[in-house]
Amino acid sequence: MNINATLLGELIAFIFFVWFCMKYVWPPIIGAIEERQQKIADGLAASERGEKDLELAQVKATDQLKEAKAQAAEIIEQAKKRGSTIVEEETLRGHSEREKIIAQGYSEVEAEKNRTKEELRQKVAALAIAGAEKILEREIDAAAQSDIVAKLVAEL
Amino acid sequence: MADTGGEQTISSYIQHHLTNATVGEGFWTFHIDTLAWSIVLGFVFILSFRSVAKKATTGVPGKWQASVELIVEFVNDTVKSTYHGKSKLIAPLALTIFVWVLLMNLMDLIPVDFLPWIAGQIGYYGFGVDPHDIYMKVVPTTDVNMTFALSIGVFVLMIYYSVKIKGFGGFMKELYAHPFNTPWLYWFNFILEVVSLLAKPLSLSLRLFGNLYAGELIFILIAGTLGLWQLPIHFLWAAFHLLIIPLQAFIFMMLTIVYLSLASEEH
Repeated sequence: MNINATLLGELIAFIFFVWFCMKYVWPPIIGAIEERQQKIADGLAASERGEKDLELAQVKATDQLKEAKAQAAEIIEQAKKRGSTIVEEETLRGHSEREKIIAQGYSEVEAEKNRTKEELRQKVAALAIAGAEKILEREIDAAAQSDIVAKLVAEL
Repeated sequence: MADTGGEQTISSYIQHHLTNATVGEGFWTFHIDTLAWSIVLGFVFILSFRSVAKKATTGVPGKWQASVELIVEFVNDTVKSTYHGKSKLIAPLALTIFVWVLLMNLMDLIPVDFLPWIAGQIGYYGFGVDPHDIYMKVVPTTDVNMTFALSIGVFVLMIYYSVKIKGFGGFMKELYAHPFNTPWLYWFNFILEVVSLLAKPLSLSLRLFGNLYAGELIFILIAGTLGLWQLPIHFLWAAFHLLIIPLQAFIFMMLTIVYLSLASEEH
């Protein structure tokens, strides 16, 4: 246990090592560590942000899906309604058409009947006149009796 | 007769192991073994750490970088939790003290005769010197010069920080006005405070020296007295000593930080 000049030598060595460590060893290592810590912190923050974004997007997607489904249902509903109205309208129109056609048929038949009746009347008149002519050929002048014939025709 | 002869050999064996290799005389004696081993280990420290510092990547670190960063971060956390001022010196100082002292303490685990024997062989065959005249103490921290050099460096920094932060007046006031703040007791305070101030570096260096010297002494005793039985005993003592080695390095670093933070805080 004797103090001697070794102490001075060690003191110089100590100062040199501390100086070297302070100048060339400590700053780069601690700098790298701190930079990496910053990087990791940033990365964690980014991942958290991404997670939140994803969650938001999922919520948005479900919302949109729901909306789209609702819209589709509405459209289908409308289409159904429209379809039924068209069917109703068409049925109505068919009915009226049928009615019209039937009415037309009736009127045609009526007109034909009238025409035939008229024709028949004419023919019966002519036949009656011809019969009367035959019967009265000898004593009755056709011209003198024509007013009676006309009266007969009108009575038919 | 045989007993005294044996005792003589053992005591001379121990004596031989506890003597430094010296150059010079009087105060200008240099313990070249202490100097050489401590400086070699200091270079081991700064060069291995420098190799990491040079190609330190902020991305994924390699294994060596990761282990160095582990030590650096450990020291950094310790400094940050204790020293609240801003100083570019404290953390590298603590790192240097921790790793350097740790490396020097670890020399204790090399079998006590191994390096001295090699030195003796080199001296005998290379220079023709009797191996008994060649001394080699391989654990620099078992030399008071080493531990005092560290603690005096710390002591100088303590005074420097005290004066820098509190001013010379503030530093002196801390010395004479501290426990009893009445003028007629200033002389008493001064004696008390100067003693406690000087006790800090003294206890710092003697604690490290004492622990390591005692550990080394016990290794030497085991090696010198127990014959073949020394093998398991050596193992047991080494296992126990394995706790003391990093603990003493850590205590030295921790107390350095504490003393410096005390020096740079206003009371």
